[in-house]
Amino acid sequence: MSARTSRLGLRTVALGYLAALLVAPVGMVFYRAFEHGFAAAWHAVTTPDALHAFWLTVLMVAIAVPANAVFGVGAALVIVRGRFRGRALLGALIDLPFAVSPVVVGLALILVYGRDGWLGGWLTDHGIRVIFSTPGIALATIFVSLPFVAREVVPVLREIGTDQEQAAHTLGASGWQTFWRVTLPAIRWGLAYGVILTTARALGEFGAVSVVSGKLAGQTQTLTLFVEDRFQSFDLTGAYAAAVVLAALAVAVIGVLTLLDRRRAP
Amino acid sequence: MSRGLAPARPAVAGALASAYLSLVVLLPLAAVAARATDGGVGAFWHAVTAPEGRAAIELTVALAAIVVVINALAGTLIAWVLVRDEFPGKRLVNAIIDLPFALPTIVAGLTLLALYGPKGPLGVDVAFTRVGVGLALLFVTLPFVVRSVQPVLMELDREAEEAAASLGARPLTVFRRIVLPSLRPAIASGCGLAFARALGEFGSVVLLSGNIPFRTEVASVFVFGRVESDDVHAAAAVSVVLLAVSLALLLGIGLATSWRDRRVR
Repeated sequence: MSARTSRLGLRTVALGYLAALLVAPVGMVFYRAFEHGFAAAWHAVTTPDALHAFWLTVLMVAIAVPANAVFGVGAALVIVRGRFRGRALLGALIDLPFAVSPVVVGLALILVYGRDGWLGGWLTDHGIRVIFSTPGIALATIFVSLPFVAREVVPVLREIGTDQEQAAHTLGASGWQTFWRVTLPAIRWGLAYGVILTTARALGEFGAVSVVSGKLAGQTQTLTLFVEDRFQSFDLTGAYAAAVVLAALAVAVIGVLTLLDRRRAP
Repeated sequence: MSRGLAPARPAVAGALASAYLSLVVLLPLAAVAARATDGGVGAFWHAVTAPEGRAAIELTVALAAIVVVINALAGTLIAWVLVRDEFPGKRLVNAIIDLPFALPTIVAGLTLLALYGPKGPLGVDVAFTRVGVGLALLFVTLPFVVRSVQPVLMELDREAEEAAASLGARPLTVFRRIVLPSLRPAIASGCGLAFARALGEFGSVVLLSGNIPFRTEVASVFVFGRVESDDVHAAAAVSVVLLAVSLALLLGIGLATSWRDRRVR
């Protein structure tokens, strides 16, 4: 077997595997969604329940992404620049959400914030409903997307060192001035990458949200839950059309990441 | 020296970050461990070894192991093709490797069902079978090995390979004796991550599995069912097993990586 044929053979097997596992199934969903025409698909994703699910998902992203971005940058600064005991532990614990099954995340939140949970009595006394309500969905979304920003920013902070920050400090800049003018611009691509990954995860979370939401259509149903609900109710056009909306967002995320990769690599 | 560096008070920032992490992540996970063991170790063990839960755990581990082996082969092959081969559209192929990370898991399950489900155009139907569940796990774990092997392969010095080839070694021998030893740690860490992911995967599996106890019910689906039917103790017990295994894996990978980095330096 010549080098050329073996190279072609390997390429065919690799691309065939990707086609069978990724490209063809995703393509099939797009085909199915528009099988009965664009109007039917459009109609399926503009019903009141679908629109509510869409906006609830957007709201969850709008809560989880800023919260985790602020936390991620702060935690990264503490881990890389801080001097307190336990920062190594903090660094290790931040990755914890990646090791937890989404369903376990949901269960864990119920056990703390649910009616019979650790904080359940106090929350009920104060009339706060977390589980089976929007705050619970927000907590679940924050949990699963928590590590991304910190993970992307930590290596960048290590790489840039402290020379410029010290120079700014010597020139009389305050801590905040140094942060806004020197540190933040230096970590901006890492931060952007982390924010995009957080957004993708927040948009697509299903398992954790599924446990804590109660799945009331038009109330606590996010877009991923809407997809499942439509599928289980045999409204395949609705399921496929909503899936296409999510898949299109995922493709957009990949596009932005590819662009950012090119920016980051000098 | 680090005094005055952004943001103003590191101790305060550290305390805030720890509090946030505790409220969202640590406290809830502690609650799972507490609930799983609040009837004593005996009750925990009983819940984990009850037939249905045990079958779910065993099926999950077995499927994850099979999926990891396929990933090790396919992932290494794909990384190889992406680094060493040249063909039109290679950058596009490289970009879509990350699709399983960006695509919501429920959509992943739905896409597989659209093609390989009962109404698929190919006439194959893997819905409600173990093969279907395995397929879903393969989909969501695809990027791990590829993305872990790819950078190592790019950095690899090709002189040794060329020398071996010029001395008459056949391509497969060169790969096995020279390339593979350098890739092995990257393959192992990619496999570890994929295994941890497969253990806990839920969204992509839920539509394909049909949740048939003893047949297609994996651990995450079992936990979900128990939460829904208010058997929180059994749910928490199986969750603790899942948590322990993936934590041990991730910790092991972290330790191995830092040990290797230190040796390289």
